[in-house]
Amino acid sequence: MSTVVTPGLFSQVDVTVSRKTPYLMVAFAVFVLVAFGFAGKTEVVAFQWSKEDDLIHLPDFLVASNIVGLVLGATLVAIAVVSFVLAQRKSVTPIWLTLMFGLLAVVALLAWLAAGNTLPFAFILGNAVVLAVPLALGAMGGIMSERVGVVNIAIEGQLLTGAFLAAVVGSLTDNLYLGLIVAMIGAALLSMVLAVFAIQYLVDQIIVGVVLNVLVLGITNFLYAQWLSSDGQNSNFPGTFPIIPIPGLSAIPIIGPALFEARITTYLAYLIIPVLWFILFKTRLGLRARAVGEHPLAADTVGINVARTRFWWVTIGGLVAGLGGAALTIGAVGAFGRNMSGGQGFIALAVVILGRWHPFSAAAAALLFGFSIVLRIWANQVSPGIPTDFITIVPYVVTLIAVVGFVGRVRAPAADGQPYIKG
Amino acid sequence: MSYGTETPVVGRGAAVIREIMSGGSARALLSVVAGFVIGAIFMVFSSEEFLAAAQYLTSRPADALGAAWTAIAEGYSALFRGSIYNYKADDIVAAFRPMTETLRFAGPLIASGLGIALAFRVGLFNIGASGQLLFGALWATWISTRVSLPWGVHLVVAVLVAILGAAAYGAVVGFLKARTGAHEVIVTIMLNYIAAGILTFFFRTPELLREVDGGGTPKSDAPATTAQLPLLLGPDFTLHAGFILAIVGVFVYWWLMERSTLGFRFRMVGHNADAARTAGINVERTFVLAMAASGAFVGLAAANQALGVQAGLTPDMDGTIGFDAITVALLGSSTAPGVLLAGLLFGAFKAGAPQMQVIGLSPEITGVVQGFIVLFIAAPPLVRAIFRLPPPQKTTVIADWWQKLTTKGDAK
Amino acid sequence: MKLELRGITKRFGALVANDHIDLVVNSGEIHALLGENGAGKSTLMNVLYGLYTADEGDIVLDGVVHKFKGPGDAMAAGIGMVHQHFMLIPVFTVAENVVLGHEPTGILDTLDLDSARKLVREISDRFGFEIDPDALVEDLPVGAQQRVEIIKALARDAKVLVLDEPTAVLTPQETDELMGIMKGLAKAGTSIVFITHKLREVQAVSDRITVIRLGAVVGEAKPTDSAATLATMMVGRAVDLSVTKKAPKHGEAGLSVTGLTVIGDRNNKVVDSVSFEVHAGEVLAIAGVQGNGQTELAEALVGLRTPSAGSIHLGKMDITHSSVREVIDAGVGYIPEDRSKDGLVGDFTIAENFMINRSYGPPFAKGLTIDFANRERIAAELIDAYDVRTPSQVTLAKKLSGGNQQKVVVARELSRELNLLIASQPTRGVDVGSIEFIHDRIIATREAGKPVVIISTELDEVTSLADRIAVMYRGRIVGIVDAKTSRETLGRMMAGATV
Repeated sequence: MSTVVTPGLFSQVDVTVSRKTPYLMVAFAVFVLVAFGFAGKTEVVAFQWSKEDDLIHLPDFLVASNIVGLVLGATLVAIAVVSFVLAQRKSVTPIWLTLMFGLLAVVALLAWLAAGNTLPFAFILGNAVVLAVPLALGAMGGIMSERVGVVNIAIEGQLLTGAFLAAVVGSLTDNLYLGLIVAMIGAALLSMVLAVFAIQYLVDQIIVGVVLNVLVLGITNFLYAQWLSSDGQNSNFPGTFPIIPIPGLSAIPIIGPALFEARITTYLAYLIIPVLWFILFKTRLGLRARAVGEHPLAADTVGINVARTRFWWVTIGGLVAGLGGAALTIGAVGAFGRNMSGGQGFIALAVVILGRWHPFSAAAAALLFGFSIVLRIWANQVSPGIPTDFITIVPYVVTLIAVVGFVGRVRAPAADGQPYIKG
Repeated sequence: MSYGTETPVVGRGAAVIREIMSGGSARALLSVVAGFVIGAIFMVFSSEEFLAAAQYLTSRPADALGAAWTAIAEGYSALFRGSIYNYKADDIVAAFRPMTETLRFAGPLIASGLGIALAFRVGLFNIGASGQLLFGALWATWISTRVSLPWGVHLVVAVLVAILGAAAYGAVVGFLKARTGAHEVIVTIMLNYIAAGILTFFFRTPELLREVDGGGTPKSDAPATTAQLPLLLGPDFTLHAGFILAIVGVFVYWWLMERSTLGFRFRMVGHNADAARTAGINVERTFVLAMAASGAFVGLAAANQALGVQAGLTPDMDGTIGFDAITVALLGSSTAPGVLLAGLLFGAFKAGAPQMQVIGLSPEITGVVQGFIVLFIAAPPLVRAIFRLPPPQKTTVIADWWQKLTTKGDAK
Repeated sequence: MKLELRGITKRFGALVANDHIDLVVNSGEIHALLGENGAGKSTLMNVLYGLYTADEGDIVLDGVVHKFKGPGDAMAAGIGMVHQHFMLIPVFTVAENVVLGHEPTGILDTLDLDSARKLVREISDRFGFEIDPDALVEDLPVGAQQRVEIIKALARDAKVLVLDEPTAVLTPQETDELMGIMKGLAKAGTSIVFITHKLREVQAVSDRITVIRLGAVVGEAKPTDSAATLATMMVGRAVDLSVTKKAPKHGEAGLSVTGLTVIGDRNNKVVDSVSFEVHAGEVLAIAGVQGNGQTELAEALVGLRTPSAGSIHLGKMDITHSSVREVIDAGVGYIPEDRSKDGLVGDFTIAENFMINRSYGPPFAKGLTIDFANRERIAAELIDAYDVRTPSQVTLAKKLSGGNQQKVVVARELSRELNLLIASQPTRGVDVGSIEFIHDRIIATREAGKPVVIISTELDEVTSLADRIAVMYRGRIVGIVDAKTSRETLGRMMAGATV
């Protein structure tokens, strides 16, 4: 019954775009400039671009920590100014600029932490990628589900399922590929439960999601305690996929070793992200999926089967999230641990929103989270004095700032979370 | 679900939540039964005797059946002994101790369950009980370990601070939702991690709350004896006054939601925020108030956790209460008596853990049972299908017709 | 293509929404389906379009019986539909919307949007629609969106085109244009089913008329039959929707609005420098096509939207920036246009709904608690006085029929001491009996010397209730004219012409 208000009808008002983003940017930029620049540490940081065994070995770049802070701080101020000018001209700061801002701020923080030390850039980037893979894949699963209008809070459960099955099946069969496949199928089955409840039984999607998370946590905790912890050698010792350098690409300085000396799970993520983008925005399949997520009744009236579309997208989204779960165990550390996903599914959900339901932006957001996790681990090693508990909460604060408006107004698929009932 | 839109939107989710809540007690009971049955299956398949007997299932099926039965019987009787009455105990005190343990564990579950239930009825999904609990406990611990006050006053102040701390942390959620439209689910998840980080920092820093002469691990001092919740049944039992707090909470919740005009407005916003706004209710303020009230009940749980012990606290003191509270509210249909009973059931699960450990069954089995119970609760049609219940009673014909006409496949 | 519906029956639970309906639409014919709100017209068309499955009966096209499992089947058989609420995806382009469901594709399932654009241009040229295939639908005005819907149907080679209440969102002039389009299509051989409850349009455009009431066909009529005959068939008794009222008592200005401007959700001036006065004992109607700012104006008057400029005075009291609660306490009654969304809490009982805007004090509250005894007494009185047909006062509001729901809202708003009544679309989706009752009550409020503002898109309602009519167009008031102003003039004003 809602009124169709068409913007063309009314005279537009001379309005200013929300200045939330520029103001926040200025605050951050000034903080970086002052804390890491003017008041920064004068010790030298050695930016270590290459690892020992890289083909092309770049020399370390030595610079005083506060110089980095000053330069990057100034750059951040410049970006903030650009954002201000854009707001003045009534356009919104583009997402890539915001992400760039975040990335530079992280580098400035790194240089401050590493004062008097080396900053193993390649190592950090490489690990950030490894840590970002499960997040990105979980987020892709989330995007697939939310683009057709089903809120997927069960990503956490799907990651946990994938992680568990990959490790256990990989162990028992001694075949990691089989583990990978079973992990994906397992998570897809979980996704199917969500899909059936949400689509067929019209149960609240968020509640089902949370309940599935509780359920998977309960089951894996029990199986871990009852079985894996006593029989670990046999059932929870899968090892990991081998690291395969891609000839040529891995020789690229700095990013080559970080991006192209990776495991198959990482390469699959590289593949899935653009493919998902292509399908969503360039194909008939994607057009129909988005139609279902925006206006299911309209999709139905042109002969698109809403229930079936939702079911398969959610299910295949589970497949992808299951791959992300496998990346946690056999794509990274090997064995499964109790509550291994530890909330990464919720971070993936945040990544979906931060990335505005777009595969590429979401991948970038996942990388940002990957960075912040590495940062926490590495910061503990180089300068134990700093309060790591606060670094721990940085990603969550960033997400919070993001959802309350830092990334500008986000527009979810219009029918996201709404059941569709046929007459 | 709408994330971060400019105006707060109360989705259709609220309507469906209500549908779940409106389920009868019969369905709750059946869900519990079904949960136990599935738990039994897990017990059977984790029993080594059964798995051994299953190897020669075809030749001697009775062995496998017997082993299965033994596994189930042993498992659940251990749960019974651990949570209600230990008939194998040497003396009467030990025999009755399990029941008091159940009550002790139920206290925080009931209190936090009430908090989540209140939010549900305002159409909000508060999955931030753990953050609210930790934040309340943080300040309660400050009072109980860093401030000295006379006997009586100290405890009252500590409990009030726990309630206020948790309520404030809940109010932040309501504020962010009201001001920015950010979805409370995302906000509460993030605030949970943030609270845990802050608490750990406080418990790690000697100038703040770290225990005197403590090591590197984050841990607080034990609460001063004047600030401890007193034991109810003497030194033989660990049951403390936290349970009383939870029971008081149940009565307050009942009055608030069923009798008071404030509760009426809470429910109005939960049912239809647009109509409430049109009727002159400040919906944004109601969100803040409701989340604060929700947090206040969780604060009772915080008092339980922070002041109901004689030892120092660690940052994981919330245990799994955050998510347990959701299951309690769901199983209890968000009503006062329902939450009370659901809290007692899940309290019993926790109390039963040591006895299950003794017989070699991982107490984590209760997590499985609990998970399946709420799965059945959340999916009314599933329970109906399993137990072949009739579909919900059709209401007046005209009304149904009207609904069909006006909603046109749009939604319930 | 000849369409026949034979004995279509559709039940929802125990209720029969369509009871053995027979309908024959000949090739190239414009066939009107006339019936009042809730008569079962839309249900029947949803059956025809495959959205609902009939419990009994056949759909026959050119002598062939069809079974539709979904809209896809119906479309394949040559049935197209322009829905009352547009079935367009706002964030998609026109071309994407038109081809959705039968997209031209290239390799790897890629969309061939060039073909889609060509298709849109081709059809739009054929009928002179002037639609840009690359425009986002959400940026188009309502009239253009309706044309996109028609292009959508034609792009699928619809031989039978169903138009469900297509004129609700159009100005009288746009309505005329649509009728021209309909006639053109019919001449080209398309069979058209035109669903409406507006007699005037039926008489103007249809070849034949089928009237349905309470889910059953009551008979056929000719476009030459008088409006009174058609109305009697439609309602089942003689109706007189003309309202008798005394001459206005020109009291003091009860409501004065000066230069009111409201910024909408998309940063546009949805209400643009609006000024008017309503006197005590007078009904001012605000007419206009849906979506020209009337809703926002009403919301601003009751405090639901904050004006960016201008002022609102209730008598001498400035309520420009008052909260909704303050406006209610100042004695402003408000009947919102969408009762199920804004007017009622569907999951509350009728009694609870009576107290939703008075929960803070007597008579419904005693201190911090609800005064249950008082509430029960008042609810019983109001149900009786306002003729709410309900089994009990603890029946949930959502279980009531539309007319009875609206009576609950009217009862709540009129039962307290008022200084102003604002009624937005007071009879939308309501049966004729309730319309008569509600109109009487509104007039009674006027006779009691209160200022009344009616906001309505139904010109008939506007002209019968109003003492003066203000016409809104694109957020502005085009003019305020006497209630006796001709339809044609009002129509031109609704399209933006000043008087």
